[in-house]
Amino acid sequence: MPDLLLELFSEEIPARMQAKAADDLRRMVTDKLVAEGLVYEGAKAFATPRRLALTVHGIPARQPDLKTERRGPKIGAPDAAVQGFLKATGLKSLDEAKIQKDAKGDFYIALIEKPGSAAIDVIAEILPVIIRTFPWPKSMRWGARSAKSGSLTWVRPLHAITATFGLETEEPDVVKFSVDGVEAGQTTYGHRFMAPGAISVRRFEDYEAKLKAAKVILDPQARKDIIVEDAKELAFAQGLELVEDQVLVDEVSGLVEWPVVMMGSFEKEFLSIPDEVIRATIRNNQKCFVVRDPKTGKLTNKFVLTANIEAPDGGKTIVAGNERVIRPRLSDAKFFYETDLKTRLEDRLPKFEQIVFHEKLGTQAARIKRIERLAAEIAPLVGADVEKTKRAARLAKADLLTEVVGEFPELQGLMGKYYALAQGEDASVAAASEEHWKPQGPTDRVPTDPVSVAVALADKIDTLVGFWIIDEKPTGSKDPFALRRAALGVVRIILTLNRQLNLLEIFDEACALFPPRLPGEENTEAYAAHRFSQSPDSGPARSERYYVSQELLSFFADRLKIQLREQGARHDLVDAVFALDDDDDLTRIVRRVEALGQFLDSDDGKNLLAGTKRASNILAIEEKKDKREFDGKPDAALYKLDEEKTLAKVIERAKNEAYFAVGKEDFAAAMSAMAKLRPAVDAFFDKVKVNDDDPKVRENRLKLLNEIRAATRAVADFSRIEG
Amino acid sequence: MDALPDHMRPERSFQGFILALQRFWAEQGCVILQPYDMEMGAGTFHPATTLRALGPKPWNAAYVQPSRRPKDGRYGENPNRLQHYYQFQVIMKPSPPNLQELYLKSLAAIGIDSAIHDIRFVEDDWESPTLGAWGLGWECWCDGMEVSQFTYFQQVAGVECAPVAGELTYGLERLAMYVQGVDRVYDLNFNGREGAEKVTYGDVFLQAEQEYSRHNFEYADTTMLFEQFRMAEEACRKYLAAGWREGGNAKEHLMALPAYDQCIKASHVFNLLDARGVISVTERQSYIARVRDLAKACGEAWIHTETGRAV
Repeated sequence: MPDLLLELFSEEIPARMQAKAADDLRRMVTDKLVAEGLVYEGAKAFATPRRLALTVHGIPARQPDLKTERRGPKIGAPDAAVQGFLKATGLKSLDEAKIQKDAKGDFYIALIEKPGSAAIDVIAEILPVIIRTFPWPKSMRWGARSAKSGSLTWVRPLHAITATFGLETEEPDVVKFSVDGVEAGQTTYGHRFMAPGAISVRRFEDYEAKLKAAKVILDPQARKDIIVEDAKELAFAQGLELVEDQVLVDEVSGLVEWPVVMMGSFEKEFLSIPDEVIRATIRNNQKCFVVRDPKTGKLTNKFVLTANIEAPDGGKTIVAGNERVIRPRLSDAKFFYETDLKTRLEDRLPKFEQIVFHEKLGTQAARIKRIERLAAEIAPLVGADVEKTKRAARLAKADLLTEVVGEFPELQGLMGKYYALAQGEDASVAAASEEHWKPQGPTDRVPTDPVSVAVALADKIDTLVGFWIIDEKPTGSKDPFALRRAALGVVRIILTLNRQLNLLEIFDEACALFPPRLPGEENTEAYAAHRFSQSPDSGPARSERYYVSQELLSFFADRLKIQLREQGARHDLVDAVFALDDDDDLTRIVRRVEALGQFLDSDDGKNLLAGTKRASNILAIEEKKDKREFDGKPDAALYKLDEEKTLAKVIERAKNEAYFAVGKEDFAAAMSAMAKLRPAVDAFFDKVKVNDDDPKVRENRLKLLNEIRAATRAVADFSRIEG
Repeated sequence: MDALPDHMRPERSFQGFILALQRFWAEQGCVILQPYDMEMGAGTFHPATTLRALGPKPWNAAYVQPSRRPKDGRYGENPNRLQHYYQFQVIMKPSPPNLQELYLKSLAAIGIDSAIHDIRFVEDDWESPTLGAWGLGWECWCDGMEVSQFTYFQQVAGVECAPVAGELTYGLERLAMYVQGVDRVYDLNFNGREGAEKVTYGDVFLQAEQEYSRHNFEYADTTMLFEQFRMAEEACRKYLAAGWREGGNAKEHLMALPAYDQCIKASHVFNLLDARGVISVTERQSYIARVRDLAKACGEAWIHTETGRAV
């Protein structure tokens, strides 16, 4: 079966758009082929800076024929209707139509056979539409044709289209179409500098080979492999090690059609700048890799560049040129770094008075003051020194105003640490500059030093509470202030810390640090009732702080559930624990879930669960039947059998023990107390018939079953547990 | 080119370098203009670009434009930062299909051979919030150094470009430093002579950089500048209002260029105020918006002038 080759040859496509564009091209063309009944065998797309290419192989030469029936007018219908029918269906006379009976009478039916088109003609119709509607993130107009509306837009000017279709054994045909003056053909061009001439191509195989001969490596993966392997080898040859950087490889491979990897160096004096600053300078500005000494792990004064040409001088000019560019860049970076070191971090703070954090939440200076106070409250709870914590919180954001961070925002935090150490701050105060931003994502490291923990918690909770107060909560997929990430960060920090914190108290504290609201939005009970849609008679009026804290807690509960599931905890156990009263101590919740999991793995646990479920099921049925609940205490006088009496006694004891253990937060003991229920529950179901003929006895036994259910709620809502 | 005396060769002298670029683009049919006689932040502000980019009539021009960036002053102490430097600007409307090739040839004309230098077109979307303009294109790299901006204008002064113009901007000092092989801008050989006859870039501009840095950061009279901004804005609006004529079937504007001068003025005054650090973060946005409003109104006027309108 024939193959399609398509190439769209343009001016330089931004590196970051190439991979998605190749994928979009493949998807759009193949989807359309399938929709047209042309089921293909395989397809692959490629991108270089100057071209998008697609090969689709095994396309049928023709579309399948289509047979359709079309219903016409009734027999005896007016002539106009008949003529209309004949015209629409292409029949010469009614003799060619079939007659079909149905409940409403006899109708003419036309059988229309639409022969499938030749695939090449279908493709010639598909491709211009795809090109005109291609989803570039940004596209543009160009040239004389852009004077008219409706002119073609493309990511950069489109110069040539290659489109051929045919069998391997034959000379393929050009797919004939044109888009805004660009005619499809079979001519493409080689490397911009090394082989700029026209190349005539037939099909994918010779296309890829001819491009390679013309110094173009079509496959981005092949270009990446060359870059990484050559770079590693260059470094290795000098006893050094490449600092690998996948994002940079992806980008660089989109900037060259013929990667030529070379090594350059810079003056050793620049190694006095922190490694991260050197790397950011060389990587962000020059798209070059850095190299380290494997013995020390420190950067060396070498860098690896990827050129797009093989120069006759062996690349000497290119390397020298890159070295000349990197030198002033590093010199700037060094100057920035040294300038930064001249100003103490605390002396930068007044500038925050002028920087607005969020128009409704005030300045950065106000925010830093709040964080400092909140961190001081949290410090004793997490075992941090209060004075160090305050100092850390005050300085933690100051590096935002340094030159290096202005230049390389990704070094925020890290630079703060370096500058804090340089001005002689305590190590844990300095570390907090970097650590308090963490964790940035679900896989990022969590701070563990108590000072960092206190500042990180205060920072994130201040953000959350603030946005909750101004009602800018995440909705659906929208979370512009990354509040979910902040909450998940708090959850992960607390769990890692394994300390008990009452979040509601901390939230309340954080709320109190915000100034009163704007006029009309005062922090009043009436406002809170309005905002949180409480009707005035639905209970005592509460402050806004109360509602914000409660809402935030349930937001946290959702994050915790997600986090526990991520860690592999059974979601039903998590639900079973969360179904109990709101607990604002995440560590306690987790320990409960863990204890519950262990208990349910034991025989006692499994049987108790089975017994509780059995009790619940019976209760559910009987409650439905009687349309009432069987709550309330059973009457001891109505017990007839020993098993009933024993069960009642055991429940009472187990419940007391369990609640006592829970009170001491000894969840293992609470579970052991629950385990004592098991023999009595088993014996009860073994010997006692619940639905006794005496309705009073029956009611009492159902109440006893309810007591089993109630007792287990000391540790979890067993009805939510599966199995 | 071979007939050039040594001191005029682009790799020997800054002025020879500029002349080579001018000659090259003259050969391509561009009119070679002289710098606009007003202070501006970039060659794009020149009415030969901003206004001529609008409307359907073809326009090919090239010129040097001194560019003033008050904030970039370094008292002459930084090897490559200047508060006053030269841009070489090319505009071709409609953008010719071979503009990239022309650009590469222009590099060859100033001594940059693409067989031994690594020339790259790296994505750079251009946007000027003060001009209400945007376009797509690249920064052009030579051996890892950004040497030019290459932009296909899509919109200027709030008006869609139809047809699209191609714009090239060369940072002259930086390119010349590369070609001459010097690391400090003040060491550039300006006139291509040696010995006692040699004039360097520093001889011409170092004192100016020191004086203007002092002026821009420390002494520029902010009371006067605030007043000048206000006056330029007012004058721009006044000239725009006065320029409209109802002629025949179409509205016509008779004073787009003088009005636009006031927009350029306002923009530069704003840059000075910004360098003096007297404009807060929030005010900054509103000043930019005010200049943009002027630019847009001028663009709207321009497309109703003889040169700017259709047919």
